[in-house]
Amino acid sequence: MKLNLKIWRQKDAKSEGKLKDYTVDNISPDSSFLEMLDILNNDLIHKGEEPIVFDHDCREGICGMCSLHINGHAHGPDSEITTCQLHMRKFKDGDTIVIEPWRSAAFPVIKDLAVDRSAYDKILQAGGFISVNTGGVPDANAIPIPKEDADESMDAAACIGCGACAATCKNGSAMLFVAARVSSLAKLPQGRVEGARRAKAMVAKMDELGFGNCTNTGACEAECPKGISISHIARLNREFLSAKLKD
Amino acid sequence: MNCFLVQSSVGRKLVMSISGCCLVLFLLFHMSMNITAVFSAEAYDAICAFLGANWYALVATVALAALVVVHILYAIWLTLQNRTARGSQRYKVTVQEANVSWSSKNMLVLGFAVLAGLLVHFFNFWYNMQFTEIMGEHVNSLGTSPVSGAELIAYHFSKLPYVIIYLVWFAALWFHLTHGVWSMFQSVGWANKTWYPRLKCIANVVATLVFAGFALVVVVFYIRSLC
Ligand code: HEM
Repeated sequence: MKLNLKIWRQKDAKSEGKLKDYTVDNISPDSSFLEMLDILNNDLIHKGEEPIVFDHDCREGICGMCSLHINGHAHGPDSEITTCQLHMRKFKDGDTIVIEPWRSAAFPVIKDLAVDRSAYDKILQAGGFISVNTGGVPDANAIPIPKEDADESMDAAACIGCGACAATCKNGSAMLFVAARVSSLAKLPQGRVEGARRAKAMVAKMDELGFGNCTNTGACEAECPKGISISHIARLNREFLSAKLKD
Repeated sequence: MNCFLVQSSVGRKLVMSISGCCLVLFLLFHMSMNITAVFSAEAYDAICAFLGANWYALVATVALAALVVVHILYAIWLTLQNRTARGSQRYKVTVQEANVSWSSKNMLVLGFAVLAGLLVHFFNFWYNMQFTEIMGEHVNSLGTSPVSGAELIAYHFSKLPYVIIYLVWFAALWFHLTHGVWSMFQSVGWANKTWYPRLKCIANVVATLVFAGFALVVVVFYIRSLC
């Protein structure tokens, strides 16, 4: 396959960036999108040019590192996948592909296609955990959990914190991410205990870091690589509002 | 102010949701009231007389005006915050995501269209009715009684430009409500996967009812003016 690429190049956080044209040839339709970028970077290095910086790690869809806004879609034009799971067979020979970094005020560009997503870590640190005292390990089956609750908690826990939700949202809102974390713990007895404090702390941190308000467009859900439902946002709203009304 | 209705994004959306919900309920009431005019001018005028410049109508008017002001101020405030959160650097390529309604992404624009219609409407009706009464006048700017609402309706909707303006206004409202009515449930947390299709259906039904109910009166009076 031969492809025309328009890739965002930006020297550092402070510099102006712009889309630059590249052409890659002899790309196998079976190669992954990131492999295609590896091939391009190889060419650039051979030519003595600076390779394109992009985030990636596990390359099996679970670490949440690979970002990339490809032809208008977070993680490219396929549903429920990360960029590393996107294959070149999704494109046609001769296609033009525009590759941009996540855009959100809370995710500043570090260089080229890599952005700083530590804002999500800060939200997690604010409350996305359960407090466990040291001691003997409790028996896993000591607390029975209804199947539906466990399922729903697991669905929310599938969140890999990739940032596609805030990157897609027209408001740069991190609600789907926060909701997934709040929801996965709120549905389990171990997490229930700190539910109110968690919802308040995480929402406060999210607001403080400059993420937007939720307009309920549902764009986040459509682009989430793990298909996390906005029903978790409804639960976050319930958790937060009932916690505030009890204050 | 250290209140979550101001400080927190979820709290601010609660304000949007509750003010929006009250406005929807008011619209349903206003629409039912208007339909009376199609069947009986006397009945409609009786309602107008009942809702003139007396204390309960005035209290309700002030409360309603406050809701509208809060809804608009929060709408502008939220949208400005959202634009800042999106950042100054925008995507070069954007698409319409699957299952995302156009209305949901254009609520402020639709809101301003609704507001523009509202101003025309105030000038056409409220100014010639309740306002005239508040001023202690017995004749409005059109030389008719401020309580003969049916006559005012017949006067305005005999003019084609008004008919068109009002229908466009109702259409903007329709779009605003197809998203707004289900979104207000989501904002307070009363939604889940089972209820999304139902809530979206309810939103479409409410929006269409409001549109059809208001449009009916306009169209009927226009047709009558032609006969
Ligand atoms: C009769 C008039 C109106 C009704 C019945 C109405 C109703 C609603 C409802 C039910 C919502 C959903 C709230 C939520 O998401 O929780 C909403 C949202 C909204 N309304 Fe209105 N509205 C009206 C007029 C206006 C006006 C005049 C404006 C602005 C000038 C406006 C701007 C907005 C905006 C921007 C949103 C979305 C806020 C967000 O989620 O970001 N609305 N409206």
